[in-house]
Amino acid sequence: MTEGNALPIDALVARPHTSEFVRFRRVFFGRGIVIFGTVAILLFILTAIFAPFLAPYNAYDQDLSSSLLQPGRGHLLGTDSLGRDTLSRLIYGSRNSLMIGVVALGIAATIGISMGLIAGYFGGWIYTIIMRFIDSLMCFPMILLALLIASLLGGGVKNVMLALGIAMLPGYARLMCGQVLSIKENDYILAEHSAGASHLRIMLRHILPNCLPPLLVLLTMQIGAAILAEAGLSFLGVGIEPPAAAWGLMVSDGRMYLLTNPVLSFAPGIAIMLVVFAFNMVGDGLRDALDPRLRGTL
Amino acid sequence: MTAYIVRRFILAVFVLILVTLIVFFAMRILPGDPIYMILTSGEMSNVTEAQIQAIRHEFGLDKPIMVQYIDWMAGIFRGDFGISIVQRRSPLAMVASAVPITLNLSLLAFIISLVVGIPAGVICAIRRGTWIDTVVTIVANMGITIPIFWLGTMLIYLFSLQFHWLPVQGYTSPFTDLVKNIRQIIMPVFCLAIFPISSITRQTRSSMLEVLRQDYIRTAWSKGLKERLVVTRHALKNGLIPVVTLSGMGLSMILGGSVLIETVFNIQGVGQTLVNAVFAHDYPVVQGFIFFVAIAVLFVNFAVDISYGWLDPRIRYG
Repeated sequence: MTEGNALPIDALVARPHTSEFVRFRRVFFGRGIVIFGTVAILLFILTAIFAPFLAPYNAYDQDLSSSLLQPGRGHLLGTDSLGRDTLSRLIYGSRNSLMIGVVALGIAATIGISMGLIAGYFGGWIYTIIMRFIDSLMCFPMILLALLIASLLGGGVKNVMLALGIAMLPGYARLMCGQVLSIKENDYILAEHSAGASHLRIMLRHILPNCLPPLLVLLTMQIGAAILAEAGLSFLGVGIEPPAAAWGLMVSDGRMYLLTNPVLSFAPGIAIMLVVFAFNMVGDGLRDALDPRLRGTL
Repeated sequence: MTAYIVRRFILAVFVLILVTLIVFFAMRILPGDPIYMILTSGEMSNVTEAQIQAIRHEFGLDKPIMVQYIDWMAGIFRGDFGISIVQRRSPLAMVASAVPITLNLSLLAFIISLVVGIPAGVICAIRRGTWIDTVVTIVANMGITIPIFWLGTMLIYLFSLQFHWLPVQGYTSPFTDLVKNIRQIIMPVFCLAIFPISSITRQTRSSMLEVLRQDYIRTAWSKGLKERLVVTRHALKNGLIPVVTLSGMGLSMILGGSVLIETVFNIQGVGQTLVNAVFAHDYPVVQGFIFFVAIAVLFVNFAVDISYGWLDPRIRYG
């Protein structure tokens, strides 16, 4: 029980200066699981891009004569009730997951960061209005808010991205606002003011870059959350519309054939888990590597 | 302290009004008309415009939006949440029948996640690098990645369809038949708890590691205190602060999860009722349920803020 509560002795001794990048690389790739995550994410992205070349069959071709086949030769993961190849649908489904995850996060991050930046920078009544709005969004469980917006907008890929984007923006606004509140007290911001820099310039050139590391960590972590939420929405039936291949939808469709063809629900769930796990592990790695408290100790 | 509580309360009321405004206007501005949801396609063909207008008038949907909002808010103070457009029942009665069910599931899930998550995180932190730490950390990392609707489906396959140990779906009140209740809620509660357990374990572990590095922990050790005392008296209270924040969000996570899990296990709680109402564009029901969900979330946030001061006396409410 001696380890864990004290730093190893060599961490306390001043180390020769190493560049930030070298340090980042050493910490980030220091853990096997992070390397695994990085490789898995790369494979996931490649799968999404090259889906038509990788999939053994067309994901939309129906063949009722070979419906509900068990996994085996010809169809590695079997076929669904319409005779569509499960593996091919999994491969095509990666496109929707990746696209929705990334775009939804893009929307959430852009709007959330801008709101947090403006609220924190100007303070006063602008802060009150923006942050109380964010507070009220946070009264909804995330998936419920996304469900509400998506069902009101009426399903479909675009609306799901928008709904998830709005549902996920409070986290970014909060984080950004907190960062800005502490950064704007620094002397170099005062110096910029006295040098006559515009508000926009100070916000974008001086405050935003200083907030990036924690935002980057949150972004990576949230891709997994966005993919999970998208799958949940598709499962409930407000996500991607049926003929399209989406992992959440596949789990939901497979439930009707659970007794005879459990693989229909099983396989897409494993795919979701793998991808979300990979993004979370890379997020953890980034956090460790960018954490200023660990700077100089590793 | 009193001034702080009063201020927080006023703020919470303000946020609650904002929530009702957002839901109210979003539901009316965005497309989708509840009237067409009530009329089945068969009726649609021979229903006259006058009849549609009559229904619209019955529910007050023909008034200007602002008037509708004020009518609704005024109704709340009289305990009148309107009438469900689809079910023709009071939303309050629907809340009253759904809330105990969801409370049964989510409170159990919440308690389990604290009782399992915090000790697991503490053990990992004080036994850092041992096999137990490795195993628990890996399991916790997996736990935050599992799609719970998938987990529920797989559990049904395994324990209901294959082994026939547990019922596939449904819910019975514990006051009616306790054994049946327990058998029915084992799987849903497990699914609801898995995410909070895992995230609380992760958070407890990392904040305990942070605290165990502090000087006052070294002091506690050098005083010759037993490990149990160092951990429980000195480290845990400080280490728990981020965990409390997370547990506050835990309720929100569990409520969000119940939307999915109640659908998987066909339980008529808050989650499923709300999902059905959202799909049917049943305004009064959605508004009524969101109102209560928001109150619950705001109350928990409030409780979390108050508990910081107890955990860390350095935190002052100014």
